Amino acid sequence: MASAPSNTTPSAGAPGAVHHPDTARDLVKILVAGPFGVGKTTLIDSVSEIRPLHTEEHLSEASAEVDDLAGVREKSTTTVAIDFGRISLAGDVVLYLFGTPGQERFRALWDDIAYGALGALVLVDSRRLDASFDVLGLVEESGLPYAVAFNDFPDAPRHYGAERLRQALDLEPGTPMVTCDARDRESSIDALLALVDHLIGRDPMEAR
Amino acid sequence: MTRRPAGRPLVPAYLSTGGVARPSRPHLERLSVLARSEEPLPPGLPAAELALLDTLAGGSLAVVEAAALLRLPVSAVRVLAADLVDRDLVLARAPIPPAERFDPDLLKRVADGLRALKHHP
Repeated sequence: MASAPSNTTPSAGAPGAVHHPDTARDLVKILVAGPFGVGKTTLIDSVSEIRPLHTEEHLSEASAEVDDLAGVREKSTTTVAIDFGRISLAGDVVLYLFGTPGQERFRALWDDIAYGALGALVLVDSRRLDASFDVLGLVEESGLPYAVAFNDFPDAPRHYGAERLRQALDLEPGTPMVTCDARDRESSIDALLALVDHLIGRDPMEAR
Repeated sequence: MTRRPAGRPLVPAYLSTGGVARPSRPHLERLSVLARSEEPLPPGLPAAELALLDTLAGGSLAVVEAAALLRLPVSAVRVLAADLVDRDLVLARAPIPPAERFDPDLLKRVADGLRALKHHP
């Protein structure tokens, strides 16, 4: 079904339809955050039971100002596509994954998407660590608990030790760091588990 | 990256809500579940609300899923859905029952569910 609904009947009876069964289930979400091109959609695609969908979201006033600085003087609002996927789990839980871009100009949108989220999996490309600084800043400011997953690109540098990476990203000692292959379903599930196990281990009073 | 559907959205976002910018109910979340009620449709509903009701004909949907299918921003679907809930045409349910929101058991269910998924795809 996924992302190309026909114009007249967006969803009627298509196989693998998006519609939910009638049983009441709990819907929870995890953000998959990271800069453009880091593999957010790839990871969501590898674990989602529906082909990832997306919504077109309008950016806030703040971004209009940024655009002004770049010399673009337009009243029309900028939009960004937010991908999401879904996994139905045993125990009547449905887990949603929202691919969330991490630039500062997405802050208002970020807050809206992050509302009620369990936590964030921050995807990092170890070939360009500096591209992840904005995302990490936003996650930390939003107070969302998170884990870091290095997407294992074929030419990613192997010589960085874990501690050097932790230092370069300025992570707390307790923040989980894992390597994953976003194209691989099991590897992506493991990365999500690193986050969820971290959430379980936290003091519940401190959470949220 | 994202596969974009061809063609224009069913209803342009700026027309979809008839100029209303804020939902009448503040608590429709991205993952609130919308379902069609048993109420018969009154005549004269706006086209965008009819389009939303149409997507719910196949079953319930989270707000964000309805937005994706209708190709409307989530903010617009919130406005439309809130009006339909006010008219008793749509039922909205919170993503998680309020009593469970801080339940540590919920995280355990997510972890167990992911582990089960890994071993039994």
